[in-house]
Amino acid sequence: MTETASPPATRRPGTAAPRRRPRVGPGRWRDLSLVPVIFVLGVIGFIVSPAFLTGDNLIGVVQQSTELGLLVLGEALILISGRMDLSLESTIGLAPVLALWLVTPAHGARFAGLGLLPSWTAVPLCLAVGAAVGATNGFLILTLRVNGFIATLGMLTMLRGLQVGISEGRSIGDVPDSFAYLGKADWLGIPAAVWICLALFALGGAALGCLRHGRALYAVGGNPEAARAAGIRVDRLTWTVLTLGGVLAAFAGILYTGHYGAVSASQGNGWIFQVFAAAVIGGIGLKGGRGTLFGALTGVLTLQLVINVMTLAGVPPLWTQFLNGLIIIIALVISRFTSGEKQD
Amino acid sequence: MGAETGERPAAVHAEGIVKRYGPTVALDGARLTVRPGEAHALVGRNGAGKSTLVSVLTGMARPDAGRVTFDGAPAPAWGDTAAWRRRVACVHQRSMTVPELTVAENLYLGRFPGGRTIRWRALRERARALLAEYGVEADPAARIKDLGVEQRQFVEIARALSCGARLLVLDEPTARLDARGIARLFGKLRELRDQGVAFLFISHHLQEVHELCDTVTVFRDARHVLTAPVPGLAEDALVAAMTGEEAAAARQPRAGARTVREAVLQTEGLAVDGHFAPLDLTVRGGEVVGLAGGAAGGGTAIGQTLAGLRAPDGGRITVCGRPVRTGSVPHALDAGIGYVPEDRHREGLVPGRSVAENATLTVTGRLGPLGTVLPSRTREFARRMIAALDIRTTGPGQPVSGLSGGNQQKVVVARALARDPAVLVAVRPTNGVDVRSKEALLGVVREVADRGSGAVIVSDELDDLRICDRVLAVFHGRVTAEFAAGWHDHELVAAMEGMTGTGGPDGPPDTGRTAAPDTGRTAAPARPATDGTEGTAP
Repeated sequence: MTETASPPATRRPGTAAPRRRPRVGPGRWRDLSLVPVIFVLGVIGFIVSPAFLTGDNLIGVVQQSTELGLLVLGEALILISGRMDLSLESTIGLAPVLALWLVTPAHGARFAGLGLLPSWTAVPLCLAVGAAVGATNGFLILTLRVNGFIATLGMLTMLRGLQVGISEGRSIGDVPDSFAYLGKADWLGIPAAVWICLALFALGGAALGCLRHGRALYAVGGNPEAARAAGIRVDRLTWTVLTLGGVLAAFAGILYTGHYGAVSASQGNGWIFQVFAAAVIGGIGLKGGRGTLFGALTGVLTLQLVINVMTLAGVPPLWTQFLNGLIIIIALVISRFTSGEKQD
Repeated sequence: MGAETGERPAAVHAEGIVKRYGPTVALDGARLTVRPGEAHALVGRNGAGKSTLVSVLTGMARPDAGRVTFDGAPAPAWGDTAAWRRRVACVHQRSMTVPELTVAENLYLGRFPGGRTIRWRALRERARALLAEYGVEADPAARIKDLGVEQRQFVEIARALSCGARLLVLDEPTARLDARGIARLFGKLRELRDQGVAFLFISHHLQEVHELCDTVTVFRDARHVLTAPVPGLAEDALVAAMTGEEAAAARQPRAGARTVREAVLQTEGLAVDGHFAPLDLTVRGGEVVGLAGGAAGGGTAIGQTLAGLRAPDGGRITVCGRPVRTGSVPHALDAGIGYVPEDRHREGLVPGRSVAENATLTVTGRLGPLGTVLPSRTREFARRMIAALDIRTTGPGQPVSGLSGGNQQKVVVARALARDPAVLVAVRPTNGVDVRSKEALLGVVREVADRGSGAVIVSDELDDLRICDRVLAVFHGRVTAEFAAGWHDHELVAAMEGMTGTGGPDGPPDTGRTAAPDTGRTAAPARPATDGTEGTAP
């Protein structure tokens, strides 16, 4: 399908008036609305602590952004196509645990697994678990047509419980090298996770901008009926996106596990709030059909910078939760007015 | 003429009403007078300003200019809902009841009698008394959702009148009813009229106007055209007033000696249970075929089935001799069926996205190699479309929600034409667009056909059907009559209403208008079935 279509020549004499060139509207800059916020946060960080503007600190911030970033990437795609998936935060913990359970030998380690498969299969297994979770969500939402919010909320709770049950509530420290590599390695002096995350965001952005299925996501999220009438296979596409979201969450689980060298029982617990906050602050519409991945990425960076600056400023730990929520709300209000759009 | 009221002041008198919505003038110096105890019909085409006038008369919209008086007294202040309700009662086209609440609760919604606490027994008693007063048989304790459409409507009427108004506005009240329901509604309305209630009755169906009303007012293009007593008014004159002389003059039979080309679209026994009976349709290249009928009479379902949005229960579709897999939009598109959906907001446009994206939604496969969609090529394609269809926009990047209705519709048509379809299926293509855009859109359809494609227009708008080479009247899912170009308005209107077409059903004229528009949802039409009134395939 590479032939170029040309519109039918319905031009009539007299209607061929030359059109003004379109001006670059404010819409072009909507994606950049958080950039000044990030800049201001940088200045605040510089004032608060001399440790802020050091390579180690900044790399730390970026590294910590990767796992959240991948979840936001998945959630952003799902939100753009007009759905939501809350279970991502459980997938990030469950997928590594299930994969390790299948490959860890039954004896000789602190964590008794099944040892069914060789240890090199841990990474593909983990991704497959993510895909399975996403596909299950798709089945619930698209085939059974149950409410997506509650269905994925149920999945969130169920999968968290499954993880706790399998790991017996403990952290799993025996991680195969292949599994830990990506989270630990440095490429060109910067963590590999950062490169991968950036590459995936770039890939996703390019797909949304320039691939027909990517463009179709906006149509599906913006008006599924119209998308269907235009010949887009709405259900198939939504299913794909939900599965992709699960895979990305599982991949985030791999990076996170590698980074810390263990899977904690609460890995990802409570992240979904930050995921949604970052997406919405970054301009992704909760009703679908709106937003860009670049915006979502700036949303992630903003949240992580805020947390970093708070830590450096020595905020008493008992107050961090309060401030965290407060700052998310402030960021939400700021982005609502810098972008000039209602976030409904 | 309108201000002359005899001995009693008019129940409602409006004059010089101007209402604009953005650049659209919805009412332009409109006037209307309803005398006490009169049944007054308000008719006009879509977009004539009827609904806007209703909004103004019921205090829901504030006119930009003009004066409204009730019984000679000026209208209540804008926003004083209670005062408006005492003046005028309104039954809206869409049900304004809360389905999960009981009849009694709905009757007193927002104005529960008594103090702070609700005394349920007393409330039900009052409701019972109120319903009895208007002769409505409904259990006050029943939930609204358990009531039939008709009873629900009676409850709405009772509620509307219970505020003390002696003027009742009914906005297309028969649209939701079947024939028996309509008969009972009319019986009820006649009773009320005998009690001195005046009506403003809005309908598309001239038969109903003749049956019920004393006086008729015609609106066209946001203006008052005619007010006349109904008895003695010829239907032709009424239709002429609604459609306008200039439209009648512009109607030219298409050149009959057109080269006969290959059939581009054929259906054999195509049927959807409960929507339309087996349909054998042949559309030739260069031909525009009209399917005339109300939105719910089966035409829309035919359009959706052709476009692949709806899977038929039987039958085949072939395009240019090749069979098309039914019930699949991608297959229909690939076969060369372009589709303009009935409701551009629901099925046509993705509101937040740009003109370019909307216009190219069906051709994304052709805008770059390997599944890519190159933005430059999208813009280029959209620019050509914008020029070809004369879409008024600031550029391909403008969000489509910022366009006027007519231009939005052009974008939808652009989307359908983007793949250069062998046959264009358009359901009410000029739905809710202004006169100028209407001409342009119909011109586009005509040109598509003139270049050798086929076109099907499903519509109940005479203007849409006027460009067709032949028109099939569809009534309750069946083709009841066929007209060659050059038909007379009244013939076609009669056929669309299920009145005697050419050899159609022969029901008595008073029940001739039996449209049970939602044959798919409600029970079968109540009248003993004549040829034209069966909604489902046998």
